[in-house]
Amino acid sequence: MENAMEAPRKLAKHAPPTPYQLLMRNDLPSGLFLTVLAIVTVLVPILHLVVPEGNVLHLSSYSVTLIGKYMCYALLAVAVDLIWGYCGILSLGHTAFFALGGYAMGMYLMRQIGTRGVYADPVLPDFMVFLNWKELPWFWQGMDQFWFAMIMVVFIPGLLAYVFGWLAFRSRVTGVYLSIITQALTYALLLAFFRNEMGFGGNNGLTDFKDLLGMDLKQPGVRIALFVATGVCLGFGYFACRYVVRSRFGRVVQAIRDAESRARFIGYRVENYKLWLFTFSAMLAGLAGALYVPQVGIINPGEFAPINSIEVVIWVAVGGRGTLYGAVVGAVLVNYAKTVLTDALPDVWLYALGALFVVVTLFLPKGIVGVLPDLKAKIDTLRLQRARRAR
Amino acid sequence: MKPIRPKLCLRHQLAILCAALGLAAFGASTAKADEAAAAPVEPAVAATTVAPAATNDLAALLAPLANANFAEKEAVAQKVAVSGHPNARPTLAAFLDGKLYARSSDGVVVVAEAVEGGEESLALTDPVTQKSLGTEPAEGLSKIGTNNSLRKSLKNLLAQIALTDPDPAVRLSAVKESMRALDETTVASFRATLAAENDTKVKRAIEVGLALADLESPEADTRLAAVRALDGELAPEVHNRLTTLVTPAEDGTLAEPDERVRLAANAALDNINFWRSVYGAAETMFFGLSLGSVLVLAAIGLAITFGVMGVINMAHGELIMLGAYTAYVMQLLIPDNHGLALLLSVPAAFLVSGAFGVAIERGIVRFLYGRPLETLLATFGLSLILQQLVRSVFSPNNRPVSIPEFMSGVWQVNDALALTYNRLYILVFSLMVFAALVAVLKRTPLGLQVRAVSLNRPMARAMGVRSAFVDAATFGLGAGIAGIAGVALSQLTNVGPNLGQAYIIDSFMVVVFGGVGNLWGTLIGGMSLGVINKLLEPYAGAVLAKILVLVALILFIQRKPRGLFPQKGRAAEGH
Repeated sequence: MENAMEAPRKLAKHAPPTPYQLLMRNDLPSGLFLTVLAIVTVLVPILHLVVPEGNVLHLSSYSVTLIGKYMCYALLAVAVDLIWGYCGILSLGHTAFFALGGYAMGMYLMRQIGTRGVYADPVLPDFMVFLNWKELPWFWQGMDQFWFAMIMVVFIPGLLAYVFGWLAFRSRVTGVYLSIITQALTYALLLAFFRNEMGFGGNNGLTDFKDLLGMDLKQPGVRIALFVATGVCLGFGYFACRYVVRSRFGRVVQAIRDAESRARFIGYRVENYKLWLFTFSAMLAGLAGALYVPQVGIINPGEFAPINSIEVVIWVAVGGRGTLYGAVVGAVLVNYAKTVLTDALPDVWLYALGALFVVVTLFLPKGIVGVLPDLKAKIDTLRLQRARRAR
Repeated sequence: MKPIRPKLCLRHQLAILCAALGLAAFGASTAKADEAAAAPVEPAVAATTVAPAATNDLAALLAPLANANFAEKEAVAQKVAVSGHPNARPTLAAFLDGKLYARSSDGVVVVAEAVEGGEESLALTDPVTQKSLGTEPAEGLSKIGTNNSLRKSLKNLLAQIALTDPDPAVRLSAVKESMRALDETTVASFRATLAAENDTKVKRAIEVGLALADLESPEADTRLAAVRALDGELAPEVHNRLTTLVTPAEDGTLAEPDERVRLAANAALDNINFWRSVYGAAETMFFGLSLGSVLVLAAIGLAITFGVMGVINMAHGELIMLGAYTAYVMQLLIPDNHGLALLLSVPAAFLVSGAFGVAIERGIVRFLYGRPLETLLATFGLSLILQQLVRSVFSPNNRPVSIPEFMSGVWQVNDALALTYNRLYILVFSLMVFAALVAVLKRTPLGLQVRAVSLNRPMARAMGVRSAFVDAATFGLGAGIAGIAGVALSQLTNVGPNLGQAYIIDSFMVVVFGGVGNLWGTLIGGMSLGVINKLLEPYAGAVLAKILVLVALILFIQRKPRGLFPQKGRAAEGH
């Protein structure tokens, strides 16, 4: 796939570039995105907390949560773009990692409820009391510690991705086959988490959260803190991905995307590159899930549904894959459209989403962010032709 | 479909099929023998007692019912039963159902039934002639009540009448019915009918009933003979009775004092248990094959589009769904004959889904050849559109597709094995569809062109094959098969907008498991996945079994990325 924009035009000959240089060189859109993100992260809290209610500029808590949700989605989309756009791994199961991160966070939040649950059991969450369980399952141990839960948020998705990737990449499962087994993976997890015996609340999932680090989740301050944390995580996640794709590692990864066998014959251990990229991407997805859960207040097995994963892929495709900022643009635009359409014309949403899939793949292979450069190139050619004719 | 397959491979597959068929045939034949053995025992009473009273007038017999107490009613019923009147049975049946009334105006006993739409009045029938007597307001009738013991003896009497019915099937079910509660009258009637019985099944059933009765005999030799007669009998009554015979009570006393009888009973029980487990396994196998046949049906169209053309069609599930909805629409068009509607909906669904398939290929897929991931996304979007389309046109709720008579019911092979007809037919149907598809690909010019294009497109074109036409036709064929699968599924599951989604992942799994580009692989893969699923279910539960199969499949693909029967040679590198 053509990706001239990313290929560094000049290889650094002397000192290795600093991370900042790697990020910003020849990359106006990334700078633009990070600036916008910074402005949003600062402005939204001000508009919500400082501007009084009733003022036109006041942002309701609903809008704050909504923008926070979009940013979680954007982080997830960046994670998917990292592997799909730069390594050609189309994962149709990435929300599995997102949901696992969410569940880890949800478990911590459940343990925080303590005696305030319906059954007022100091240790067991309500659904376990309801199922007549006598003690906490082993995998719930330690989840009452914030630091431990945060490690699990990235460790569990990372571990699953590592094991899955190790198996898949080593035996050279590629392309469509990989897509289908990732879909099977998330489908299997969906079925598993629906089971009450799994100990994750079955059908209802985890909900009714009260506190985060001892602070009431309903407080505006906590909501804003979560929002800012999401913004910061998105920024750093983006920065990290940018760093990865611009590093030597990233260039090998792109070589693998363009010609896997050739990269292998040159002597690169293709499976290792893919494996680490995949694992890193899964961890980012887990982080996005963990930020998502306290903001929406629930996590249930529905998050594992294969269709969600495919929807993420379409965000990336709409925005433009292999650019990272395209993924962010796609995630925000598609989700905004979803919010508006499901509210105004609920029946139309699926038509619109379906049409989006078809139109984007047929007519916009580079996505929305690919339209502008394409137009510019066309105009340039036209000008050139005109100039020649004039001569 | 792959054209060049090693002969050995085909033979191997045939061998597996033959083995499966052989097993089925064996099961069926033993089953028959057992059924004959299994029959119950009972009402010969009617035959003997009935004849003398035959001349009595039924109407006169019934007349006292209006003011009778329960004991008198029972006596009347007894007389009616032995009257030998041809309409004694429907009359007693109506009595049992509480449909017998006395007309207040003249005291005549009538059968009354609520009429559709009639609020207050009931339709009357003369019990003696079974002819209609018009309608009567409910106030003009008083019900002839029954109580538990009366109903019980009515049932008994009906069973006795049934024992002399000319239809062997009626006699057989009567025997089985009364075998559940053996008493002296039943045994007596069994003995009376046995000699006159000429149907082997009914005869065997009566013998089993008598043997069960003989187990109570004080004579050890009689009991021994009875146990021997019961050997190999699969009816649950026999199993329970023999089990209580050999199991010591809590205080250690034995129900059966004679050791020879106990030994014989143990041996008989072992034999029975063995056969029961065999039939249990056969039943599991059947359910597995049935599930497998559904998987094969759903996946076989995909084996064409994905396997032969290399196109990922995520809208495949929705093409199945369209087929199921075609069955529903056909039923609306021909509301009076569901069987005909179902049969017609097979070709109709093929055309509808096939047309959609051709449209998809011409409109979208052909622009994306060589870009499988993009095809996947575009067709997925299409699947969303089709789902929503069905929701808008038909409503988001499930639509009922009724099952025609020939598809419903159970084939009771014997007491331990029963196969439902709809699953049986769908199993056969999926094999027929498979055979037809193989024939099309192997024996028709179109099939030849399809194989040529999938092997080497430029060369096929150079030989004059219109590859664009072949692409559209192949895709249409795969889509049409999906539609046919939808008709079959409409008989098993709910027809709703999400029908297709439920099968898409399974279908891909089957195709990948069997080996892309190999129709036989799809068949074997689907069937074995179905059987494995059903084998796991008793131990793991339905959901966990499915998860285990999915995980096992994911691991399997790691080991053999090209499936059970991978393509070999140059063709394999094409995809």
